[in-house]
Amino acid sequence: MSTANVRLFARLADLAGTREAEVELGEGLTASGVFDILVQRYPSLTGFETIVRFAVNSEYVPASHPVRPGDEVALIPPVSGGSRAL
Amino acid sequence: MLFEVTADELDPGRVVEHVRRDDAGAIALFYGVVRDHNRGRKVMHLEYDAYPEMATKVMQRIADEVKERFNIAETAIQHRTGRLEVGETSLLVAVSSAHRKEAFEACHALVDRLKEEVPIWKKEVFEGGEEWIEGDASAPGT
Repeated sequence: MSTANVRLFARLADLAGTREAEVELGEGLTASGVFDILVQRYPSLTGFETIVRFAVNSEYVPASHPVRPGDEVALIPPVSGGSRAL
Repeated sequence: MLFEVTADELDPGRVVEHVRRDDAGAIALFYGVVRDHNRGRKVMHLEYDAYPEMATKVMQRIADEVKERFNIAETAIQHRTGRLEVGETSLLVAVSSAHRKEAFEACHALVDRLKEEVPIWKKEVFEGGEEWIEGDASAPGT
């Protein structure tokens, strides 16, 4: 089965009640697509797509970045001292 | 270069010795310390969460970028995670350079960039509640 591992941190981990999740990868799934799947699974994450940044395999990526089997996707809430300007 | 994310107490001596070099006449060392107040509230303690594998990579990238802008010899960064009490050290950034001006400037630039980009978050536990501190962004439902 082709899956990706997702890691959640800080407030997003608190809201979802988990720090890790596994998602099945559909055709052409992107980082934001992974987030949409998690929102269905954890409705308390609704609305956070406007502030979250994505990382794939420990590198910041745009929301449109494709996710491949075995990738580690991280949902990065705004960090303590910064704006979210990329 | 030294980049660490650790639950252990930070070690300023080790950070400074890491950047000490014979061709560097200046070492700047920044301490980030847990403050007892924020936004008019009395802070009881902080809890830091981190994505350590990515945090150390981002530290490395930022250090490389700052090294290109300033003529610095060596850098070392340590960030603590977990529960920190008021007065404890959460961040150490050391920079060595031939001369003091560049050491100060590079250290300042490094700290600013780290706070914007390194995936480490703090939850403030204050009198009467707790809250994740999320920079300038406003979140839904707050």
